[in-house]
Amino acid sequence: MPNAEPLVHLVGIRQSYGGRCVLDLPELEIRSGEFLAALGPSGAGKTTLLRLLSLIEAPHAGFLRIEGETVAARPPLALRRRITTVFQRPRLLPRSVTRNVALGLDMRGVSDPQRVEDLIERVGLADFAHRPALKLSGGEQQRVAVARALAIRPHILLLDEATANLDPQNTAIIENLLVQEHRDHGTTIVFVTHDQFQAKRIARTCMMLLEGRIVAHQPVEEFFADSAAPEVRAFLSGELLFPRDDRSGSRPD
Amino acid sequence: MRENSWNTIRTALVEALHLILSGDPMLFQILRLTLEVALGALFLASLVGVPGGAFCGLRGSSRVRYVVRGLFYTAMGLPPVVVGLAVYLLVSRSGPLGDWAWLFTPRAMVAAQTLLAVPLVLGLTMAAVEAVDPALGPQLVSLGATSVQKARYILLEARGGVLAAVAAGFGAAISEVGAVMLVGGNIDGQTRVLTTAIVLETRRGEFSMALALGLILIGLTVVVNFGLLLLGRAGGIRAER
Repeated sequence: MPNAEPLVHLVGIRQSYGGRCVLDLPELEIRSGEFLAALGPSGAGKTTLLRLLSLIEAPHAGFLRIEGETVAARPPLALRRRITTVFQRPRLLPRSVTRNVALGLDMRGVSDPQRVEDLIERVGLADFAHRPALKLSGGEQQRVAVARALAIRPHILLLDEATANLDPQNTAIIENLLVQEHRDHGTTIVFVTHDQFQAKRIARTCMMLLEGRIVAHQPVEEFFADSAAPEVRAFLSGELLFPRDDRSGSRPD
Repeated sequence: MRENSWNTIRTALVEALHLILSGDPMLFQILRLTLEVALGALFLASLVGVPGGAFCGLRGSSRVRYVVRGLFYTAMGLPPVVVGLAVYLLVSRSGPLGDWAWLFTPRAMVAAQTLLAVPLVLGLTMAAVEAVDPALGPQLVSLGATSVQKARYILLEARGGVLAAVAAGFGAAISEVGAVMLVGGNIDGQTRVLTTAIVLETRRGEFSMALALGLILIGLTVVVNFGLLLLGRAGGIRAER
């Protein structure tokens, strides 16, 4: 790994709800241009991590540094606008596909119809550009959400199980778009997924969370190698698919 | 008896038509004042209630929302005459706002109607905002929305409910009689509105005239509410383009 300042640096993060710690990260560094898949069983803290990275949620303990800036309790708008998230369930506005894709640009007072048109074409919805977005299928709506996120040229793109409910065709379109975006613009991408095969297909690095802790964060080849950590191998083999009832106990062997 | 009632209704309809078609100046003076007072109160109530309700729905803690909801329910059952009495005591010559000389003027009537309409507009706007899909807020924030932009998009989503809140506020204002009677005094040519005129005509035993004025009041309410609906529809079509 290069020794330059990481794009995102989390230090001493602890997120607790109702007295239960769901995320405990002594340190996490995400490098500029990293294409990171966050894996782990349900309740491992993946979505909480994404909410922290998206600045929607403030850390209960510890701090974040993004692009060299320590993030304040109320992050400045300029910093927030460098990061965007595609959620599992897209929430589009009752407007045309074009107006939805241009939404983030509108918020910035920027007009770039060419970019909007290009993105709509890249997600394969050119024929639907002027149709009401809410009339599209779930997969098509998610493609609009991805185009909407990319339109603002984010420095960091976060995806929270964005393809979890999609058919293989829609999933492939979105995966291709992410790979292209990463290759052409070096956008830092962090995506949460339950699909280890998707992580292997498109990610460059993989991270595994278990009971709120990072048990692995390494290049994809090492993550899927036989020499990976026992927790990773247990997860990949399907042994950790269901969270254990006793979360306060010790971690698995 | 039944025959008499039908006669009264028939006469009232004829009288209402006659009043409107003859361009009776007294009627149009009452109509103008009724609209001025009700729309003035609605404007002030919306000015406070829509942003206030949006703020409570978007940013208010659960405790704030609980209190607003409680006030809203209380306002639903609040006797208007008590609100009128409170305004009367405030603006009467010996009251804290006595120097303003508002008693028995349309201003005092606007104040009373505003106080009655604000909780309705605020509470229903808050409910409309709360009913918007909670997933929308974080998605707008993640796209870089400022607080004002987020509120604007959410209010646009909730515009049907907000419009209902404004219509309810208008209904509360224009149908009010006890409070405006107290603070306005029902003075002919100065503070007489349709509701107080109906009360007066009924007391005089002029049932046909009272009913005619009632029909005109209903017609006015229908026109204003359809106007509000059309306004909301036009706004919605523009927003969705």
